[in-house]
Amino acid sequence: MSGKPKLAVFKFASCDGCQLSLLDAEDQLLAVAGAVDIAYFLEATSRIVPGPYDVALVEGSITTAHDAERIREVRRQSKFLMTIGACATAGGIQALRNWADSKEYLQAVYARPEYISTLATSTAIADHVPVDFELRGCPINHHQLVEVIASLVAGRRPRTPGHSVCLDCKRRGTVCITVAQGTPCLGPVTQSGCGAICPAYDRGCYGCYGPVQQGNSTSLADQFVNAGTAPEQLVPLFRNFNGYAPEFRAASERLAAQAADAT
Amino acid sequence: MSETRTIRVEALSRVEGEGALHIRLRDGAIEDVQLNIYEPPRFFEALLRGRPLEEVPDITARICGICPVAYQMTSVHALEAALGIGISPEIRRLRRLLYCGEWIESHALHIHFLHAPDFLGYESGIAMAADHPLEVKRGLRLKKHGNQLLEVLGGRAIHPVNVAIGGFYRAPRREELAALIPDFEWGLQAAVETTRWLAGLSFPDFSRPYEMVALVHPDEYPFNEGDVASTAGYSVPVTEYERRFEELHVSHSTALQSQRIDTRGCYFVGPLARLNLCREQLSPAARRLADEVGFDSPCMNPYKSIVARGLEVVHAYEEALTILRDYRPFRPPRVEYQPRAGEGCAATEAPRGLIYHRYRVNDSGAVEFAKIVPPTSQNQKQIEDDLKTYLPTILTEPDNRVAELCERLVRNYDPCISCSTHFLKLHWERT
Repeated sequence: MSGKPKLAVFKFASCDGCQLSLLDAEDQLLAVAGAVDIAYFLEATSRIVPGPYDVALVEGSITTAHDAERIREVRRQSKFLMTIGACATAGGIQALRNWADSKEYLQAVYARPEYISTLATSTAIADHVPVDFELRGCPINHHQLVEVIASLVAGRRPRTPGHSVCLDCKRRGTVCITVAQGTPCLGPVTQSGCGAICPAYDRGCYGCYGPVQQGNSTSLADQFVNAGTAPEQLVPLFRNFNGYAPEFRAASERLAAQAADAT
Repeated sequence: MSETRTIRVEALSRVEGEGALHIRLRDGAIEDVQLNIYEPPRFFEALLRGRPLEEVPDITARICGICPVAYQMTSVHALEAALGIGISPEIRRLRRLLYCGEWIESHALHIHFLHAPDFLGYESGIAMAADHPLEVKRGLRLKKHGNQLLEVLGGRAIHPVNVAIGGFYRAPRREELAALIPDFEWGLQAAVETTRWLAGLSFPDFSRPYEMVALVHPDEYPFNEGDVASTAGYSVPVTEYERRFEELHVSHSTALQSQRIDTRGCYFVGPLARLNLCREQLSPAARRLADEVGFDSPCMNPYKSIVARGLEVVHAYEEALTILRDYRPFRPPRVEYQPRAGEGCAATEAPRGLIYHRYRVNDSGAVEFAKIVPPTSQNQKQIEDDLKTYLPTILTEPDNRVAELCERLVRNYDPCISCSTHFLKLHWERT
């Protein structure tokens, strides 16, 4: 990429936490702002430069017909489109509606459901348009975000690790809580990036960085069931922030079927 | 023949979440002002049903990336009320410390990156940094301190993982917290300097007879406990909240709008409300500073909320330092409990104002019902009311200037649109 790349940040259904990560990179923020042209970033600036953009960061999932159209326009305007966070890469926690009756959800929350226009599903950006790079996490790690932006500016491949959280625990010297305490932990099947914080805080990993490539979620679920945890108790563990990512979804649906068979 | 003028702010900037403003004028008079919150709904209150109660704080954190602690902690308090759990003084102090971290982080962000650029004429904090490097870099350090505290105590700054029903998954080690003390000593002084700088800004002359609402506590500045009090003179326990205030669903917003049940009037929550109701409970340095900079008592100018935020940052640093210095690790880090059927509510003070949750759980430990009232949906009606008052004074300005001035007024409230669920676009209709 020659010259200062034009950077845009777009938001769909989300909590704003992933785009906030850019502002949370306090030590690098002013340097990043100097290396790119921040052309569209509503949360941070009133300056709005029209597209096309060299790099688009997309946060959030697609939950309305309007947004399904808007993401196509964002794609048309963007040379390199990168999704940031679990909402954009897997549909987010709001994808729980995908297993529920969305009309009933609407009635449960809003007194006048007719005022609200929404789709029955929450889906990842890649289900709607081609995506050039995915940065996982709920929330993303701001060091990884800065690394990816720096790599784009420098024209090299981003260095983001592809191993599991489980390995990070070994590196940190954290005692395995599944082995030592019998706590179900998604570390073996979850992608690295968080720093393996949950086991370091005495709790099991809940998979907020999504499935690691070549992890075997259904096999891990079987292990937990064999060790004595009921399938219905494991369904919510796989079905949360990245619950609609294919690997976790397969595991939770299999567990749900096992729970149904048992009753 | 009547003439219509429509003004639209399609996307409000420098706020958290997305929204629009729609103004319709007929023959020069305001016909309608609507704050459109168009963030797509995420249905938290519906999706929480059936989930195990211990994961509620992890889920509610995801309502807002800027104030996840307020969401997760309000859930925790409400669920503890439902389960009849009482916590130890050590846990309570660490919870106050967690709020200190979130207030410092969120207020430093709003002051330097979202709000101050309005007073000094910049499009962003980043642009402001070119001419005001000292203030912006100082602000970034303050923000970083808040995040560092959240990282030590919560595991990470956005969506902390260490908050549990009954306490924490792990109590921090003494040296982890002690390592923060030198930075916090510097930060306390820096926050005082920041607040002096903010108090010297020039503020539009705009004061109104607001009803302001905040938690009050006899001997502490409100974070996570207190009665719901109003500048109108009443004070009620949190369990009375839903008898005083109700949520309405209006067609132009995916966020529900709150109002007082009896008068149907709007009310104002946030730092200015807290300062007006709890000034005596500020830490000594913050109280002295409020007097030194001549902060009005009460202050009814929403633009001065930026100074109130500065004073609250000073308070948060001073209280955090006391807790950090006195800290001794303790066991157990959380109180054990047995699931039981029950219902409970709680209110705490998010950086942007009072937040209220109510839950019903069953005897197998699953959520049956959830109600979440964020600060911004409580302020939304007040914001529209402010705009109706303010607009007639600026109508001679061109549309883009009107839009800019309206956005500035809205930013006083530090609206958190994705919280509620959505925020501001200016649509003008002048008929």
